[in-house]
Amino acid sequence: MRNVACTIAGSKSPAVRINRRRSTQLGTMMLPAVGLLTGCMLFTRPPADIDYARTRSSASGVYHATIHPDGDSIPQGRLQRWTLHLETADGTPVDRARIEVGGGMPQHGHGLPTRPRVTRPLGAGNHLVEGLKFNMGGWWVVTFRVESAAGTDSLVFNVKL
Amino acid sequence: MNRSRPLRQRHLFLSLLGLLTFLASSGAAVRGRSASTDRWSEQERALLRSLTLSSLGPLPADPSNRYADDSLAARLGRRLFFDERLSSTGTVSCASCHMPDRQFQDDRALAHGVGLTSRRTMPIAGTAYSPWQFWDGRADSQWAQALGPLESAVEHGGDRTQYLHLIASDYRREYELIFGRLPRLDGLPAHAGPVADSVRAVAWRRIAPVRQEDITRVYANIGKAIAAYERRLGFAPSRFDQYVAAELAGERPTAASAFSADEEAGLRLFIGKARCANCHNGALLTDNSFHNTGVGLPGVALPPDRGRATGVRQALASEFACTGRYSDAGPDDCAELRFATVDGEELVRAYKTPSLRNVAERAPYMHAGQIATLEDVVDHYSRAPEAPAGHSELQPLRLTTMERSQLVAFLRTLSGPLVGPLAPPAGR
Repeated sequence: MRNVACTIAGSKSPAVRINRRRSTQLGTMMLPAVGLLTGCMLFTRPPADIDYARTRSSASGVYHATIHPDGDSIPQGRLQRWTLHLETADGTPVDRARIEVGGGMPQHGHGLPTRPRVTRPLGAGNHLVEGLKFNMGGWWVVTFRVESAAGTDSLVFNVKL
Repeated sequence: MNRSRPLRQRHLFLSLLGLLTFLASSGAAVRGRSASTDRWSEQERALLRSLTLSSLGPLPADPSNRYADDSLAARLGRRLFFDERLSSTGTVSCASCHMPDRQFQDDRALAHGVGLTSRRTMPIAGTAYSPWQFWDGRADSQWAQALGPLESAVEHGGDRTQYLHLIASDYRREYELIFGRLPRLDGLPAHAGPVADSVRAVAWRRIAPVRQEDITRVYANIGKAIAAYERRLGFAPSRFDQYVAAELAGERPTAASAFSADEEAGLRLFIGKARCANCHNGALLTDNSFHNTGVGLPGVALPPDRGRATGVRQALASEFACTGRYSDAGPDDCAELRFATVDGEELVRAYKTPSLRNVAERAPYMHAGQIATLEDVVDHYSRAPEAPAGHSELQPLRLTTMERSQLVAFLRTLSGPLVGPLAPPAGR
């Protein structure tokens, strides 16, 4: 299992595919993959074509979202609060939503070192995300699985430290 | 006139020769300096800078301990740290295992208090920067950490009323100056506490809950005083810090900062092929997180050890946690605890990444001292064996014999002096 999982993560493409296809399938596959790959530290450089944009559309296009970390650069090893701004595809702010936060390091095969959560809605489509931490340098992904009246969909943000 | 032209030409030739010689020599000097500064890419230089003490930042506040920066509390804590009466036998102090002349550790695979423990003694310097204490992070502050061994049956072996009586008889003035009046002692047994020993545990249960709380508050304050002392223990620059400072400044290495070719190659491996800096990052060379690195079982029979998987639940349940009644923290101050990962395979036999500062001075290694030498540690990471439980995060590095020795040579450059009040207090 570990070898297979390592091969998948080492194929240089899964997270890139997430970004390109923006498919629900990848949004949902990535999290278990990150979870299952514990033990496969693949110390390759991140693929060159990773999109680190802070505004993204969800995998099936239901949502449009922007992350607002505290500053321009994301610090290593410190707990952080982010604001997630969430809209439907037509630009309507989404305030009432169930949001699950996840992520990890695709090339290392491990998840986040903490259990971040959306702790409260801030209004106008903004949601406070607390408990994020990145304990290593390199390429991370942060995912949001969003359920609201508009539908269920996943967002994947690439983060570089 | 005619004779002067060849003379001028000769002067011109000599001047040009001199200029060329000067340019050649200064060019060599420039090349020599750029050879030094070009050894590391911009990205590598940023990483190197992040690993030095100059990147450490100020001591983080501990909102759970309002006495953390109180100098009187630190003075009391220092006395308590070295006081062997804080034990069931009168022979074990914090310093018995955390020996100040030995990096605040004891050179043993497993710590010996009043009995034999199941873990390696951890060093103390710099731990104020860590949100988690112990190998499994079962305490979320230095003061909560200090309280664990004091009533462990195999470490100090003492109990809460014993410590209260000692404070009342020998430290009353200092204690009350910092923490206010001690609770009354009448009717309290000499020994009682929520400990493994059944006689003392029964005696504890017979004490009224309101008095238990008063006693426990004194116990918590003992931990806070010891933490106020421990938080003053830090690191002075090592040869590695001096080497990086000289490299970044483009200065010629001095005797104090020069690296041998092997040490420099070892550093390159540390941040490159060997990937040590993935986890051993930041100025203290630790990510303050927990990892299963496939470390084997100790050679002696010990109880099953699931590492962080158990430790995080103990931290959450501890009466001395940041969120507990003895903490001084506000509701928003305990984010590490609130957002801690509490389950998952990743936690099984995951242990805290230790700082590598002064690592060469404190063999043996790993959470139960399973590995005797630095050479063997590097060999372990190169081989990446399967974990006895859970899954190791490592992959084989397949380092050559030379690479392994270069890494060890580099690790030895991380040694430097400790700073802070290291010695026992005067008049002890």
